[in-house]
Amino acid sequence: MSVLVYVENAEGKFKKSIFEAVSYAKSVAAQLDTSLIAISIGNVAQDELAKLAKYGANKTLNVNTEQLKTFVNQAYASVIAEAAKKENAEVVVLSNSFSGKGLAPRIGVKLEAAVISGAIELPDTTGGQFKVKRSAFSNKAFATVEATSKVKVISLTPNAYQVIEKAGEGNIEDFNAPVDQQDLKAVIKEVVRATDKVSLPDAELVVSAGRGLKGPENWGMIEELASLLGAATACSKPVSDADWRPHSEHVGQTGIAISPNLYIAIGISGAIQHLAGVSSSKVIVVINKDPEAPFFKVADYGIVGDAFEIVPKLIEAVKSLKANA
Amino acid sequence: MKILVCISNVPDTTTKITFNNDNTSFNEGGVQYVLNPYDEIALSRAVELAESNSGTVTVINVGEASTEPTIRKALAVGATDAVRVNAAPRDAYFVAQQIANYAKDKAFDLILTGRESIDYNGAQVAAMLGELLHIPSVSIIKKLNIEGGNAVVEREIEGGKEVLSIPLPIVAGTAEGVAEWKIPNMRGIMSARTKPLNVVEPISVEQLAQIVKFDTPAPRGSVKLIDAAEPEKLIDLLHAEAKVI
Ligand SMILES: Cc1cc2nc3c(=O)[nH]c(=O)nc-3n(C[C@H](O)[C@H](O)[C@H](O)COP(=O)(O)OP(=O)(O)OC[C@H]3O[C@@H](n4cnc5c(N)ncnc54)[C@H](O)[C@@H]3O)c2cc1C
Repeated sequence: MSVLVYVENAEGKFKKSIFEAVSYAKSVAAQLDTSLIAISIGNVAQDELAKLAKYGANKTLNVNTEQLKTFVNQAYASVIAEAAKKENAEVVVLSNSFSGKGLAPRIGVKLEAAVISGAIELPDTTGGQFKVKRSAFSNKAFATVEATSKVKVISLTPNAYQVIEKAGEGNIEDFNAPVDQQDLKAVIKEVVRATDKVSLPDAELVVSAGRGLKGPENWGMIEELASLLGAATACSKPVSDADWRPHSEHVGQTGIAISPNLYIAIGISGAIQHLAGVSSSKVIVVINKDPEAPFFKVADYGIVGDAFEIVPKLIEAVKSLKANA
Repeated sequence: MKILVCISNVPDTTTKITFNNDNTSFNEGGVQYVLNPYDEIALSRAVELAESNSGTVTVINVGEASTEPTIRKALAVGATDAVRVNAAPRDAYFVAQQIANYAKDKAFDLILTGRESIDYNGAQVAAMLGELLHIPSVSIIKKLNIEGGNAVVEREIEGGKEVLSIPLPIVAGTAEGVAEWKIPNMRGIMSARTKPLNVVEPISVEQLAQIVKFDTPAPRGSVKLIDAAEPEKLIDLLHAEAKVI
């Protein structure tokens, strides 16, 4: 028996959400009294792979072949499922990233495993049961799912589990699973990845703005505040609908759901569909000139006032906080 | 070009989510059901592609008879015909198995789902279908075009995008950007009444998981207001009290 964790790389590096997944998988392995095996696919340097042992990987399978250098959903799912079989894995853990969302269900079908996506807590394994809490109803509720299959596939919501360092050793082995040509049909034509900015789904801090900002020309101060804080930027739906901001920044029921440590909402009314995507943020700050804006009902901190006056002052305050740090 | 769009019947986005039977089931009382917004985007794109490639769009729903108004809406938006698999949609695996069973011998060129349903948010059906039908799947796409025998899709990745070309047939889960929501016109609504809606019986599927309990998030404490004249206090609180910056 074992627990297997898939460690996705972005341009050869592991992000924090991957170390969260490894830490989570290590805790699951400890609960089941077994070892943790990581599988990496693509071109990742040995020193990067060696980091996985620090979070509890007892062994890392390294799949670094020409065919699998870039992500192909089908082929990656096949290789991960093969590794799970070879290592007799009872639980397979992935990060619920965009790629993870494509992989987990395919791996689940291959292994006849229950797929629990968007897990937010460790499983309850008392008495041999296997129950996992996940978010449901677009973050308006949680559902506890009991898996009854022998193998379980879990995808972990980013920022839901902390990174835990463990003193431990792990070795790295090459792993070569045969790949079927049928699984390699997708051809990547172009990849665009902004590496200078914090990506929204992984972000710990998010500065978001809505229609109250009046127009795209006013986002300079939002970007400045975000970059000073090391935060990602987000927006409400009407803002991306009007092309003031890219669709990838749209959060909410029909955008992406996020759960950062801090969400600052500026000039956003707090419609139920918007809240659905952000209400699991740990701390919520609202800046709105309307004291009746529904967002204040779910906020931890609020300022009733004009964003155009307040945000520049916040920028100054963050600068002086950093200067004194 | 034959397109299949998988649609789900979900509580309206403004629904207050509550549970009953000791928090083991969703309280349907007074809930208005709608076509899942992401499926609506998939359907809109499917109708556009069918128009420009002289194709057909079949919508499929796994649901009991109560979902028929939602299926009729999909027909009004422009689907050619509809299929309802007569069963309560137990979970994503069950739904994917039913749809795969229906689709396996029908030679669809393109199968679309929404990126996820707004009730259970599993985002699983598209990739499960791909696996069950042994064809490629892309779980979240923001653009979709057909070029010859290939689907050219743009998929979201953290902090960016990836453009892929994949030979048909494929399954794809669609998100915003793929199309605009279409509002059915009067002619669409009238013709929807007479378009074929076939009801088929489900196959049996092994149950791998089950929801045993629901919870709602703990209510937040009341908001701490900071005077607009001293916004710098907010930064102090976030640093010293909330310890998030
Ligand atoms: C099916 C469906 C799905 C939806 N999905 C989403 C979703 O995923 N995400 C989403 O965001 N929305 C979604 N919506 C839309 C949602 O209902 C709201 O319309 C939207 O969130 C409002 O955006 P907003 O708060 O930016 O704009 P508004 O509601 O116009 O609010 C602007 C706010 O800015 C404040 N303001 C104005 N000027 C200033 C100023 N100078 N300083 C400070 N504050 C100011 C105003 O007081 C107001 O509260 C959805 C709607 C539907 C029907």
